[in-house]
Amino acid sequence: MFGFLSSGLFLGWSLGANDASNVFGTAVASRMVKFRTAAIYCSIFVIIGAVVSGAGASHTLGKLGAVNAVAGAFIVAFAAATSVYLMTLARFPVSTSQAIVGAIIGWNLFSGSLTDMTSLTKIVSTWVLCPLLSAGIAMPLYLMTGLIIRRFSVHMFKLDLLTRWSLLGAGIFGSYSLGANNIANVMGVFVPVAHLGDISLLGITFSGAQQLFLLGGIAIGVGVFTFSKRVMLTVGKGIFDLSPVMAAVVVWSHSIVLFIFSSVAFESWLKGHGLPSFPLVPVSSSQAIVGAVIGIGILKGGKSIRWKTVAGITSSWVTTPIIAAVISLLSLFFLQNVFQQDTYRPLEFSLDNDSMLLIEQAGIPIENLKPLMWQEFPNAVAFKKQVEKTISLDKKFLQLVMDAAEVDEMEISAEALNSVKPLAMSAEQFKALQALEGRVFTHRWQLDTALAEQSPEFQFVEGNPGKNSSLQSLLKQLYNKFRQ
Amino acid sequence: MSILKKALGVEKQIDSFMDQVIRSGLIFSQGAEAYLQGNTTDFQRKLKEIIEVEHAGDDLRRSIQQYLYTKTLIPESREDVLELLEDMDSLLDRFKGALWRMEIENLDIDEDFHDDFKLLIKAVFESVESIVRAARAFFKNISSVADYLDKVYYWESESDKISTRLQMAIFRKEELRLSHRMLQRELARHLDKIADRAEDVADRLNIYVIKRSL
Repeated sequence: MFGFLSSGLFLGWSLGANDASNVFGTAVASRMVKFRTAAIYCSIFVIIGAVVSGAGASHTLGKLGAVNAVAGAFIVAFAAATSVYLMTLARFPVSTSQAIVGAIIGWNLFSGSLTDMTSLTKIVSTWVLCPLLSAGIAMPLYLMTGLIIRRFSVHMFKLDLLTRWSLLGAGIFGSYSLGANNIANVMGVFVPVAHLGDISLLGITFSGAQQLFLLGGIAIGVGVFTFSKRVMLTVGKGIFDLSPVMAAVVVWSHSIVLFIFSSVAFESWLKGHGLPSFPLVPVSSSQAIVGAVIGIGILKGGKSIRWKTVAGITSSWVTTPIIAAVISLLSLFFLQNVFQQDTYRPLEFSLDNDSMLLIEQAGIPIENLKPLMWQEFPNAVAFKKQVEKTISLDKKFLQLVMDAAEVDEMEISAEALNSVKPLAMSAEQFKALQALEGRVFTHRWQLDTALAEQSPEFQFVEGNPGKNSSLQSLLKQLYNKFRQ
Repeated sequence: MSILKKALGVEKQIDSFMDQVIRSGLIFSQGAEAYLQGNTTDFQRKLKEIIEVEHAGDDLRRSIQQYLYTKTLIPESREDVLELLEDMDSLLDRFKGALWRMEIENLDIDEDFHDDFKLLIKAVFESVESIVRAARAFFKNISSVADYLDKVYYWESESDKISTRLQMAIFRKEELRLSHRMLQRELARHLDKIADRAEDVADRLNIYVIKRSL
């Protein structure tokens, strides 16, 4: 298991070497914070952010492509890490988010899984939104800071001191947000496939995902210490000559953007106040920093911005996912065929009577689908192709047909029931499971329905994202336990 | 907290250093006036005072210099600040140099030129006072530096005019020996050069301000 995790740790190391430089790069390059101080604070708070709030952004990534075999997860992380490492060698502040997205798409292509276009659109749109938002935050923040400095006639040495503290504060906040947001890139693919039990330490229970996030956080910390200094200097000096005050504004803007895209609490707060919320998506900290720097550069007249460097960075945004996807595809082929490792669990699709009933109940005319009944499709792409040939459905209904037909055989055996006991669930939920002992299910939705019939605690509640999310997580663990 | 104390300490030291530059200008004005009046006692006292002020200024400058280097404060402006302090110190030296010149040459300045010399001394002092104000503003309120720099340029130009007028008057006074005329001309030029130097500092300060505009 830990052998497979090594690629995730390598990716964490790459992220530390690269993206962490965004947090403290400007501070270190402008010589306001020593590299050692920056590295220590960065490592500590990346780990805290990853363990405490790492789950938020990992869900969206999970939806993009559900890597379902540990060897596949190993290759996805390995491909992303290798591309990040290569780009780091070329001294581009590359984005781990783009690398992992490319690598997951590579896995989807190899395994014949569908790439969830909604999640992909959501993620890609943040590639544009993130720098724009960062520039949008940096510009007024910079103007406001300038106004305050002028209004209160702050002495150069006091300003120097305040800027140092501000840079340190922004760096700490940024590291926390980076850990919370980007740990999904590092360890997200391992969460569904690495079945780690809960561990209690000093009265605090760490879930399997949190243990993975802790490991990833430590790997990031090692990356910060061993390799980030060079990139820090590129980020700090490469795009626009930053004064320390500008540097502080840039890091604050970057940290706020990362926080917005990773905080579940902030998202709930926005929704609670009827405000539009941002998707919880692993965003690129490099994009956030570049956006903020350009924002300030524009305020300064735009003449001093080295557009050539910006263009170089932007082009790496396009090349990184492509490189990652290619490496992922090639490595998966190699591992599957040379080392005979299962890089994915084949997902078969078949329409049976139960599936057709479910589809009919949803109001979809099933006449056209009847010729497909009992046929076995080896993967999602092949099934989708056939369905689309047969019937024209909108996105939502097409997804419903796909879910209804996906074969995932499970048996509620006594042995499996014993193994689910340690999972975090209520007594009523366990009772509902026991009532299903001996039953066999062909599709996941059948188990969901059977459990929901047994107990309201297995029913999703509209407007309660917290409960739904933990129920979803529990169901995923149950599928793993009962899967044949 | 200790960093805060240290930062406040260096702030005070810079303020004290600027005080020394202003004080040296005042002592110079009073000493030069005493010299013109032939009041040797007062002149000697002022000469002694300016030597002490110059020593104190040197000590402060060294201490600030050492502190800025060892504590890596204001890394982006450190070179500029140190150059500014050295420039200000050189103004202080020139005030002392002017009084020493009077002492060494023991020149008998013709009564007819006393008024212009007094005006020149005033213009020189004003230009230096303005550059000190500009330097203080550079540390505390960067947007007002330009106002003081304008004053430096004004007083330097006044000083040029007075000095030219004075030199012409000196050389048109034919009853004086050539050597006497030349020494008086040199003294006028020495004083004028202090204002010129203040103008040079103003030019550099202007660039520091542009560099540091946040």
